[in-house]
Amino acid sequence: MNTLRSLLPPQAPRAAFGALVRAEFRLAWRTPIALVVGLGISLLLLVIFGSVPVFREAQPALGGLTAFDVYVPTLIALVIATLGLLSLPGPLATYREQGILRRLSTTPIPPAWVLGAQLVVNLTLAALAVLILLVVGMAGFGVAAPNSPAGLVLAILLSFAAIFALGLCIAAVARGATMAQPIGGAAFVPLMFFAGLWLPRPDMPAALRDVSNFTPLGAAVEAIQSALQTGFPPVTSLLVLLAYAVIAWWLAVRSFRWE
Amino acid sequence: MPVARMREEADSVMATMTGGAAIDVSHLRKTYGETVAVDDVSFTVGPEEIFGILGPNGAGKTTTVECVVGLRSPDSGTIRVLGLDPQRERAALHAVVGVQLQASALPAKLRVAEILDLYHSFYARPADVGELVDVLGLADKRRTYYKDLSGGQKQRLSIALALIGRPQIAVLDEMTTGLDPQARRDTWALIEAVRARGVTIVLVTHFMDEAERLCDRVALVDRGRLVALGSPSEVAEQAGGGKHVRFVPSQPFDDRLLTDLPEVRAVEHQGQHILVTGTGELVNAVILTLAGAGVAANGVTCASATLEDAFVRLTGRHLHDDGTASS
Repeated sequence: MNTLRSLLPPQAPRAAFGALVRAEFRLAWRTPIALVVGLGISLLLLVIFGSVPVFREAQPALGGLTAFDVYVPTLIALVIATLGLLSLPGPLATYREQGILRRLSTTPIPPAWVLGAQLVVNLTLAALAVLILLVVGMAGFGVAAPNSPAGLVLAILLSFAAIFALGLCIAAVARGATMAQPIGGAAFVPLMFFAGLWLPRPDMPAALRDVSNFTPLGAAVEAIQSALQTGFPPVTSLLVLLAYAVIAWWLAVRSFRWE
Repeated sequence: MPVARMREEADSVMATMTGGAAIDVSHLRKTYGETVAVDDVSFTVGPEEIFGILGPNGAGKTTTVECVVGLRSPDSGTIRVLGLDPQRERAALHAVVGVQLQASALPAKLRVAEILDLYHSFYARPADVGELVDVLGLADKRRTYYKDLSGGQKQRLSIALALIGRPQIAVLDEMTTGLDPQARRDTWALIEAVRARGVTIVLVTHFMDEAERLCDRVALVDRGRLVALGSPSEVAEQAGGGKHVRFVPSQPFDDRLLTDLPEVRAVEHQGQHILVTGTGELVNAVILTLAGAGVAANGVTCASATLEDAFVRLTGRHLHDDGTASS
């Protein structure tokens, strides 16, 4: 049997993964809702908050930080959540609904390559969006350079991993885009609440903030805020993110369906 | 060793292993809950054959080919495609089998050329995109988004993608549904050209004329069961339709002259006409025998049973162009 196998034409060429990634980038570029919304809202909020003088006054209640300082990590979390929870599950669920995954499943392409291509595209867009947000914040609105650049990179990478794995879980269970969007939205609102979008984390009652620390986006904001302003992020916040990433990833891979 | 030589060797190894069959399906059964979709279906498809799976909607045609290409796992029965097990050796199978499926689609916002290039990259020895696009009449649609293609154009692109990997077997499910008559005939010509290059073709269709025109052999399925198997004319005869020859003899003759022939089943007098029913090379046998006895057959008309007749006789129902069947 082994001789026979070696005589058969090889399965999918490696170049096919690159071709899949290119196709996904094209599609993301041609339907840029996620990018526009994710980046646009964040930049808009950044500009609005950064332009209101009162937000830029140091407040003793916030430990000497300005309201604006407190919001920047939340805005970064908003970008990651928009791309990971709202944008990532959409195309995969649509592909399943329309039979695009079904068509792909009759080619020699391994299933993991299709998933991988989605991740590469969305991670690239998210990284780009966060970078733009930080650069605009620092250049235009007096956001200080990160206190711990290495901690910031680590915090953001782990946040990506946790949130994108959650997004894949949604893609795994949603039959179509019409189901993926409400599920993503339903997860998005409470998670963003704990990230301090409506009530800044420093203003939260202690008990609420404790809960927030154990939610994926709460932990993300805690870690990012710390890296930006005080130093290397608390280990617990990084471990919480890692745990979410590993568990959600495992769940997503286990439950992923092609039809 | 050159690639072509390697491929020949691989093919011959395969052929020995599978007893020469490209596809071997044996006692296939598949149920969805209470519904039995396919029940004890067996057939083989020879190399370079155009094999038709024919029957009304819901007969189990699509389920059968989905099992053959590894998209569904059979409840029982065995399937070998080029010696491969479709369930356990899916990736190897998909490298050598091209599939055109119903209920499958492509991303709306990709252009035709981009889709072709993408699928081109999936295979080790793909076909030439330019040639494929010319043959399928998509050359002037290369820049068009998938969502802007007409139904027939989508169908042709789908056929192109089934052939782009230069498969040894192409499985085409309802390939001409939604095509206009001219496009159907063009597609038939394409399929014959593809077969001439050594590709085995499995054609799923509910169009009797398509099966009659294209297929070397057909499997007629109804309600999950195989009701007839053979060449279109064999199946038509198997179903009892047989062939008819009608003529006016130049002079009277003894009926036994014809009824003694193995091809003849019945001889009937209709006024001055004689109607002979039978099988095989009926026309030749009748006319040569009469000529030998000095009788000329004038005004000869011939008719043979069609697959359509066979379907009606075997199932008691008529098959319509939209794929539905009724009593």
